[in-house]
Amino acid sequence: MEYLLQQIINGLTLGAIYGLIAIGYTMVYGIIGMINFAHGDVFMIGAFISIITFALLWMGGVTSIPLAIVLVLFTTMLFTAVYGWTVERIAYRPLRGSFRLAPLISAIGMSIFLQNYVQLLQGARIKPLPPLISGGIVLMEGDGFAVQINYTQMIIIAVTVALMTAFTLLITRTPLGRAQRACEQDRGMAALLGVDVDRTISLTFVMGAALAAVAGLMFALYYGVVDFFIGFLAGLKAFTAAVLGGIGSLPGAMLGGILIGLIEALWSGYFSVEYKDVAAFAVLVLVLVFRPTGLLGRPEIEKV
Amino acid sequence: MLTIAGLSTGYGHIEALRGVDLEVRAGEIVTLIGANGAGKSTLLMSVCGSPRAWRGRILFEGRDITRMPTFEIVRLGIAQSPEGRRIFPRMTVLENLQMGATTAPEHFEDGLRRVFKLFPRLEERRLQRGGTLSGGEQQMLSIGRALMSRPRLLLLDEPSLGLAPMIVKQIFQVIREVNEQEGMTVFLVEQNAFHALRLAHRGYVMMNGRITLSGTGRELLANREVRAAYLEGGHGA
Repeated sequence: MEYLLQQIINGLTLGAIYGLIAIGYTMVYGIIGMINFAHGDVFMIGAFISIITFALLWMGGVTSIPLAIVLVLFTTMLFTAVYGWTVERIAYRPLRGSFRLAPLISAIGMSIFLQNYVQLLQGARIKPLPPLISGGIVLMEGDGFAVQINYTQMIIIAVTVALMTAFTLLITRTPLGRAQRACEQDRGMAALLGVDVDRTISLTFVMGAALAAVAGLMFALYYGVVDFFIGFLAGLKAFTAAVLGGIGSLPGAMLGGILIGLIEALWSGYFSVEYKDVAAFAVLVLVLVFRPTGLLGRPEIEKV
Repeated sequence: MLTIAGLSTGYGHIEALRGVDLEVRAGEIVTLIGANGAGKSTLLMSVCGSPRAWRGRILFEGRDITRMPTFEIVRLGIAQSPEGRRIFPRMTVLENLQMGATTAPEHFEDGLRRVFKLFPRLEERRLQRGGTLSGGEQQMLSIGRALMSRPRLLLLDEPSLGLAPMIVKQIFQVIREVNEQEGMTVFLVEQNAFHALRLAHRGYVMMNGRITLSGTGRELLANREVRAAYLEGGHGA
């Protein structure tokens, strides 16, 4: 029982990270109908920017850890958002209106480029981040096993919940969110009503990248190591989460993230750690075979 | 107000408009009639830059808008209720109307009052999703959405299509009202030639991508060719 609870806590933490990345996939898919395969690498860049910012802050003499984390959070979101914007501008916008596969191929190229770019600039070796936050709360003590939620996990879950709430409000209540939904449903009509569609698409990439940046920071805090290749696996898992939840659906991305996190943690806990990726991707296969629209997705064809 | 000179355009390799000249003056209701596939809707859409002109020029209030991006064209004061209505299906009626006020958010409250007064049905359905409305309600919403931006030029594509005669009458009444009371210029594409010509100050007849006739509404109503082609063939009244 205690062991199960512990795995659920770990799974939720992991799921929060996947969910944050998955939102970027699902939003971009919703608005321009392509899978941004470079999104996982934008997350990786977020992780690197957060480690670099931490290092700069130490050198600048910032010793308060909470202050450092807040500063890193905003810096990382800002700079990673610039990357997200640039990727769209360089690799996708010129291809708008060309055949459907073109931006997809461009995305894969962008992904390879970003990995190599970071590898060249930062080196291929693993970058460690010393543990910044230690300790936690013991929730329950059984025979020889204590269920613990550590402070890092609490921060990850709290920040994720706060961001997702803010984000949901942004999409459902603000003019920008409304314009995004309008572009998603009928881009041509949105333009006829005065929406600058290109700008709205750019902002979608910016928002997705900012959330992936937070996930990158969380990843660095949680695992303590980062390299240029982390975006590949984390990106694919988040993509799986987006498909599981229903690609194009925001609540779906959040739900899918949590479920993938839980599946991975429980599989690692009860079966084998080595095969945890197999478990996550088996889910992708099963969803695509039996329910391609995902849990909360809507069918492609709808009555007009 | 709107001047179209030598406009040709189309889709892919197919030319839909072949050198169209047309003028809409401030304060007028002008209608464009013609058979299915004559190019009427293409003309209306090309005013907003989609599809783009291959040849020729489009001027709005003296400004060349031929190459301007769509969202900038409509910000100059043009609104369109396009073919097929194109309601956002997963947005509520209210959100659709909010989208209509994109270029004039400061007039949102006023605009909403006015649209709800013109179409009380929309107020009853205001929290319902656009995709669940009936055809007539979607038509009202599409026109209401276009009115939300307080355009100086209103482009309407077949507002009577598929509607019950009662509602058609009501919608034509609304067009007359906004024209007479607010001086809004209206450019109306219609298959329902009889109603359209009675309402309009002037009209144009389009055939195979060309303007073949023009004149005042009254003149066209009396014209033998128009009567034979569009009024007595069971199209109109």
